[in-house]
Amino acid sequence: MKKLSNKKMNKTFRDNLITYGMVIAAYVIMQILVSAGAVSSLIQGLLVPLCTYAILAVSLNLTVGILGELSLGHAGFMCIGAFTSAFFSKVMENTALPSGLRFFCALLIGALFAGIFGLLIGIPVLRLKGDYLAIVTLAFGEIIKNLVNILFVGLDENGFHISFTNTMDLNMSEDGQVIIKGAQGITGTPHDSNFTIGIVLLLVTLFIVLNLIHSRDGRAIMAIRDNTIAAESVGIHITKYKLMAFSISAALAGVAGVLYAHNLSTLTALPKNFGYNMSIMILVFVVLGGIGNIRGSIIASVILTLLPELLRGLNDYRMLIYSIVLIVMMLFNWAPKCIEWREKVAARFKSKKSVKKEAE
Amino acid sequence: MSFISYLINGISLGSVYALIALGYTMVYGIAKMLNFAHGDVIMVGAFITYTMCSTMGLSPVIGVLAAVVACTLLGMAIEKVAYKPLRKAASPLAVLITAIGVSYLLQNVALLIFGANAKAFTSVVSVPALKLADGQINITGETIVTILSCLVIMAGLMLFINKTKAGQAMLAVSEDKGAAQLMGINVDGTIALTFAIGSGLAAVAGVLLCSAYPSLTPYTGSMPGIKAFVAAVFGGIGSIPGALVGGILLGIIEIFGKAYISSQMADAIVFAVLIVVLLVKPAGLFGKNIQEKV
Repeated sequence: MKKLSNKKMNKTFRDNLITYGMVIAAYVIMQILVSAGAVSSLIQGLLVPLCTYAILAVSLNLTVGILGELSLGHAGFMCIGAFTSAFFSKVMENTALPSGLRFFCALLIGALFAGIFGLLIGIPVLRLKGDYLAIVTLAFGEIIKNLVNILFVGLDENGFHISFTNTMDLNMSEDGQVIIKGAQGITGTPHDSNFTIGIVLLLVTLFIVLNLIHSRDGRAIMAIRDNTIAAESVGIHITKYKLMAFSISAALAGVAGVLYAHNLSTLTALPKNFGYNMSIMILVFVVLGGIGNIRGSIIASVILTLLPELLRGLNDYRMLIYSIVLIVMMLFNWAPKCIEWREKVAARFKSKKSVKKEAE
Repeated sequence: MSFISYLINGISLGSVYALIALGYTMVYGIAKMLNFAHGDVIMVGAFITYTMCSTMGLSPVIGVLAAVVACTLLGMAIEKVAYKPLRKAASPLAVLITAIGVSYLLQNVALLIFGANAKAFTSVVSVPALKLADGQINITGETIVTILSCLVIMAGLMLFINKTKAGQAMLAVSEDKGAAQLMGINVDGTIALTFAIGSGLAAVAGVLLCSAYPSLTPYTGSMPGIKAFVAAVFGGIGSIPGALVGGILLGIIEIFGKAYISSQMADAIVFAVLIVVLLVKPAGLFGKNIQEKV
């Protein structure tokens, strides 16, 4: 009995090691290629966004794959993480705080605020089910984006000033500084993130998510996903575990937001980066990578982010091809008939192999 | 007085939302899927009318008819190619993502053909504006036509569903697919019919929307699409009167929010109202709350 469980432990352990190893290997290869000068500046500029998307996909997979609830507001949590942390960094920019420590604090603040919002939103929302939950999370994401777009915050010697109309309304003293300028967002955020930090954060995210999945709490969460009523009847606290998964997922999205914000000098909340389109794009990574499959999320986010860039030579046609590839891949991966056909082909391969073996 | 004109504008915008929401709600009721490409069918319909009327100079009636026919065929084609193979897929998310793919596809095809610049849509309505109360209230022809056509379509649809065999078949399929098939109902045909009706209505909605707000881009459909989806959920997704009430309420809330609170906050207000409604009534205003049996 003991031996059996040992073996099983080893398998998950080995599985996790492969995931970590894959990320580290990708990092080492990229670093070698960059130092050899074999990577175009375009791809180099994509390295931090790649880490951001991978973190987002892994964290959303916690909600969609492990908890089994469809969330379309993930970009909203990223938005909160990005703005709170960029705000902090901007305020602390001229103080004596060393930049490494400042970024670390910004990271904690971004994750904390996103997590708190996840908790606050989760308490009422997680009572809903399925598509209703999806539309409410979508609504929350849009509200957050909308509010950030009309938020003005300034700082002078009297402290912070907040307004929802315009800069004049802040009533600032003359040497005050407007930090969040409504639709113009935050400009001049210190450029603190780089590829190495991105990879480290991705590894930390992986560590948190993988450990959660294979812990007692993770098994409770998966039990809720598989059958809520059965889970409740064996004494699992539904609300507690749902909120736990949801807020951890939100906090990790906040981490991705921090990484995103500190990679850009101008941070604005556009439909493109924090709107529902972004949430949907992350969901596409998760579903295409395999629902509940953490490693798949990373691979899918890398492929789908690189694909439009690799197709750049085709100019106007690239997004068209991207959408067709997306539809075809979904049909190929999920349609029952395609799965049947794939199994048939695989079986034919296998039988050929075994025939060969016998002949030998 | 401005209150009344805001109200009328709200009802007019709400009628467009209701027409789009009908497509969402019917498809959801029958195929249990969120058709994210529905908003982009609106855009396709508007572009076809634009090409027919503004570029080729044909009469608006032909333009609208062409848009309805083309969108009906488009809706059936999308269902056949992209959604039908995934109907029995292991996860309902698969078809959702495919719908998103179709949405990207339609947007990018429109982008290739028409470019990213906004086109000025010429209104298809030639009804004169109505002036009431000594010209203090001005109701445009577009508003009158939008509200009237929404009511006519709604009544027609209710008659179709309750009085015809095909309509009854749609109700039966949405209730229980397997049992409907055993009763000799052509399930695939009924689902295709639902997509056809929904997409045809989307074309009408697109033309009406662009007549009132005459700026047409490949992304015109996506925000109204999301709002209409909200309207459908608001009224209880799967319920046809719910879509009408939800759509009109949503339009009124949006216009009032813009007029009395803040034009930048209008979308946030719409979404906030939705959240409040769903927290009080988790299945929407007209939705059936089905108890889960153990």
